[in-house]
Amino acid sequence: MSILGTRVLRTEDPGFLTTGAVYTEDVQDERLAGACYVHFVRSTVAHASILSVDVSAARDGDGVIAVYTGKDLAEAGLAPVKPMMPNMNQKMVQPLLATDVVRFVGEPVAAVVTEEMYQGEDAIELVDVDYGTLPAVATMHQALSGERGLLFPDAGTNVVVKFGDEGETNPGLFDGCEVVVSEVIQNQRVAPAPMESRSGAAVWGDGGRLIAWIPNQGAQGTKGALVGMLGLEPEDVRVITPDVGGAFGAKFGADSEHAVICWIAKQLGRPVRWSETRNENLLVMPHGRAQEQKVTIGGMRDGTVLAYRLEVVQDSGAYPKAGAFLPMLTRLMTPGPYEIPRAETFTTSVVTNTTPVGAYRGAGRPEAAAAIDRAMDLFAAAAGVDPAEVRRKNLLPKFTEPHKTAFGAVYDSGDYVTALEKALAAAGYDELRAEQARRRAAGDTFQLGIGLSSYVEITGPGGEAGGPNENSTVEVHPDGTATILTGTSPHGQGHQTVWATLASAELGIPIEKITVKWGDTDLVPRGGGTGGSRSLQLGGAAVQQASRELIDVARERAAASLEASPADLVFDIEASAFAVKGDPDISVPLSLLAESERLFVHTVFTAPGPTFPFGSHVAVVDVDTETGKVFLRRVVTVDDAGTVMNPLLAEGQRHGGIAQGAAQAFLEEVVYDDDGNPVTATFADYPFLSATEVPSFELVAMETPTSYNPLGAKGIGEAGSIGSTPAVQNAVIDAVSHLGVRHIDMPTSPQRVWRAIQAANGSKEA
Amino acid sequence: MIPATFDYEVADSAAHALALLAEHGDDAKLLAGGHSLLPMMKVRLAQPAVLVDIARVGELAGIRSDGDELVIGATTRHADVAGSDLVRAEVPLLAYAAAQVGDPQIRHRGTIGGSLAHADPSADLPMTLLALGGSVEISGPGGVRTVAADDFFVGPFETALSPDELLSAVRVPRGGEVPWGYQKFVRRANDWAIVGVAAYDGRVALASMGGTPLRATAVEEALRGGASAAEAAAHAADGTSPGYDFHADSEYRKHLARVLTKRALQGERG
Amino acid sequence: MEIKLTVNGTAHSDEVEPRLLLVHYLREVCGLRAANVGCDTTSCGACTVLLDGESVKSCTVLAVQANGRSVTTAEGLVAEDGTMSAVQQAFRENHGLQCGFCTPGMVMAATSLLAENPSPTEQEVREGLEGNFCRCTGYHNIVRAVLAAAGTLPGASTEVDA
Repeated sequence: MSILGTRVLRTEDPGFLTTGAVYTEDVQDERLAGACYVHFVRSTVAHASILSVDVSAARDGDGVIAVYTGKDLAEAGLAPVKPMMPNMNQKMVQPLLATDVVRFVGEPVAAVVTEEMYQGEDAIELVDVDYGTLPAVATMHQALSGERGLLFPDAGTNVVVKFGDEGETNPGLFDGCEVVVSEVIQNQRVAPAPMESRSGAAVWGDGGRLIAWIPNQGAQGTKGALVGMLGLEPEDVRVITPDVGGAFGAKFGADSEHAVICWIAKQLGRPVRWSETRNENLLVMPHGRAQEQKVTIGGMRDGTVLAYRLEVVQDSGAYPKAGAFLPMLTRLMTPGPYEIPRAETFTTSVVTNTTPVGAYRGAGRPEAAAAIDRAMDLFAAAAGVDPAEVRRKNLLPKFTEPHKTAFGAVYDSGDYVTALEKALAAAGYDELRAEQARRRAAGDTFQLGIGLSSYVEITGPGGEAGGPNENSTVEVHPDGTATILTGTSPHGQGHQTVWATLASAELGIPIEKITVKWGDTDLVPRGGGTGGSRSLQLGGAAVQQASRELIDVARERAAASLEASPADLVFDIEASAFAVKGDPDISVPLSLLAESERLFVHTVFTAPGPTFPFGSHVAVVDVDTETGKVFLRRVVTVDDAGTVMNPLLAEGQRHGGIAQGAAQAFLEEVVYDDDGNPVTATFADYPFLSATEVPSFELVAMETPTSYNPLGAKGIGEAGSIGSTPAVQNAVIDAVSHLGVRHIDMPTSPQRVWRAIQAANGSKEA
Repeated sequence: MIPATFDYEVADSAAHALALLAEHGDDAKLLAGGHSLLPMMKVRLAQPAVLVDIARVGELAGIRSDGDELVIGATTRHADVAGSDLVRAEVPLLAYAAAQVGDPQIRHRGTIGGSLAHADPSADLPMTLLALGGSVEISGPGGVRTVAADDFFVGPFETALSPDELLSAVRVPRGGEVPWGYQKFVRRANDWAIVGVAAYDGRVALASMGGTPLRATAVEEALRGGASAAEAAAHAADGTSPGYDFHADSEYRKHLARVLTKRALQGERG
Repeated sequence: MEIKLTVNGTAHSDEVEPRLLLVHYLREVCGLRAANVGCDTTSCGACTVLLDGESVKSCTVLAVQANGRSVTTAEGLVAEDGTMSAVQQAFRENHGLQCGFCTPGMVMAATSLLAENPSPTEQEVREGLEGNFCRCTGYHNIVRAVLAAAGTLPGASTEVDA
């Protein structure tokens, strides 16, 4: 019986649980012996000219080896980094260390190198930077209006890029609609905050090659970034990926600090190490989301939606990164799982004097889902139709052949109504509505809210994380073990276990005897990394494909060895051996076929396109109407990502996504004051979700396979976070809708909820 | 992340600690559990040149009865206050409050003396001591003096302690049957109170409503006048000017003070 | 200052500067790197170890404060023959970890929690872990793991292939 689809325990875990995984800070390697330590001096103002940088006192500090500024890097010929996409304003460049201007609090200005780690924090205090404060563009609106000036005078604008042409808007979009509702909603800025902050270690070896240990989501992309930032030859760079303590989209490529420490290692001819503090992490690791959305939705009183317009302003932060580009994905997924006859989306990305915005779990798609599902509830309330009924009426009917939307997305397979019905049934929707009615009639202080979402999302797209293909090498060794090389790059997803499982199912070699390797660009020169929920459907499929191709190669050898025709051989997976049909005594083990010549296959699996997992979430909250505090009681989900290889791990991905998505809805937010100073830059201030704020989740199983890969698998990594955010937000609003509240922005903090209740009452408390 | 350098001395008695304080003056800070001081030192908001460790001074430890009061040594950890059978029986409000401080790890280190001396206006124990009408024993060069809670908290993170004194014990009234209530309003379990209320025997104290924990005197007066919990609680924010942060502006804080005071007066704990 | 302490049953004697944090003493001097540094405000608990059997955040304990005391880390929960503790085993069986960064601290906090409260309810587990942050698991399987270690996990046991 195949182990595919069973709850295989992770082989990673014994080490992780006892001696701990080996993260970059933990790496002990003789090549790093005698490493010195880098600490960065960072801007304390959001927007300023750098009038002077005095490093003289720092240079005399205890244990200080060197101090470098932006000027030193510029003189060494290191150029500022241009925005990653050609359609982004190419004048908005970011020097590796600030030179003339700082544009966000936390931007690195100087690097101090010390013999010992503790000396570094002393030494950075000795660097004296004189800032000439400039007006801070603290909000998207200030960026658009120009009232606070331009971040990049050479660019002539604060606009980075637009998607969709407002000039082509259809003024009659809502003609014929009996009900039209409009609302401006915030998809607020959040911090990815993986438990492992950023770090790095670098050394230049003999032969002038750089070796860099960097936590990342794809070593090949990290290498490419370093090559670009430092002007190196690719063959001179090797990136090694230690264990990674979470990433969530924020550890792709390389940051300026990574490039600077590699450069410093070359200057000093010594190995160099760097770790940031959590405060630095919350200031500098790219933030997520940060969209302001105007939704307008119209339709008939019977609940049929006819038209939808989404207008997005995306805050890119100070330097355009992936975040500036994500509205393209938001626009692509505008209608979600709904059949909306007329829809249009326009997006504008702007720079502000805040932390740059990047990809964060879902990366553009949660924003689309949050907008359409909030709009659905607004429409339902205005039309006087139950939100579940509105969804039923407007969801695309089940389809098994690819379905192309007006925005160009080709959904591979979908059964959205079934997902909704399953979630509603598992939640006991009718009973919940009855309980809600009872509490409303009784005027209970704690009111019950029920929130729904139906979502579809795009995974394995190519683009941000590489093309819709992935490579793998599978090799069987004479001693009966096997090695897999993969271009994916796990950071908690369990690829070591699942890729071994996939190979084991084909080769008959137990997973304990299979080693999986990734993340070393010398071993695996090509790969798309892990992100966009691509790994199983592309990387896993590649492992399976390579294993099957290996059996084909082995079959030829076995035929020669057994002096039989290949067609007369059968591969016995249990025994991991070829035998002659009908004569099992004539057999040869797979491993033996590796003795005289290496037995391995390198393959590339290519998918016809991205896949589209989907689902429905039902969230249940209690709201204390006297204080506004929200208590999340239940989250019931259907997250259909096709065939499940390992239910234990798939559930874990769903749990994590649900929690992060819920956290955005009611708890987490990055806050800046009007001068661009961050207010939530520590874990004591940033309301990071802890165990007491969430319940155990209720997961309903549903598998609608895709035909796009032999596994039938779509991507599960981000789905949970896409569905839960609108479900939880809708639940909070639903809890107090009878008091006249129609919208509350995220996070639905106690104050926001209380203010919404007061505003709906039209009175302030006496 | 890393404190500035400092010298470290271990006191073997209260007298020894006082001698070290006298020697180093403003350069020295006392260290017991370190869970108020060390976090500040790690972000360099505090940079004492000398730390005097009193964690192992026996005479500063222990919980005992003294007539109608309990006397709790300054270095008693929150976990031990919360878990003490004596405190739970005689001063259940204090046991409850100690169990709300931070999280289990913090409660294994932080001490009652340290928390009170730190005088964070958002913290659990200063507010609770005020509600209980307790007092602190302060040892100094001139001997031991007792300061009532009402007089101890003089400003944000500022107490009646002089740099050459140490808070040696806490005195709280015994009263296992006295009605009490406690409310700590947070967004996350581990947070400091956005607004906190402790109610005990007609006294009501507020956290995060000003620069120090405050007595809600208008509420107390209304109760003395026979008002119900709800009626009295309407006065909870009278005379206060609470601050503003991204969790709560002043108006919302005042509203919370009223709601939470009502609940605390009704004996609710949460 | 010279400190003498026991770490995972082994006596250590070292000269350290007063400001050396216990977490860095364990990682850099003792070479025990399971405990991680995840924040700078005593919030996240990734550094949690046991000090005389009770959970503490080792980022907020000076190594000098541990003089004469006994420290246990995740490495120290493993038996001589390599068998993981019941808590560690339960985390594995219930997929209570993904990236693993919070895990050693989470395991130590759970170990201490169960020592003080051997049969916690789900709510008590969640409150008992309020000082330990996780970004990957959503806490769901961590809670299951702790309840499983306590022997009180409700519901049917799940299919497990070790």
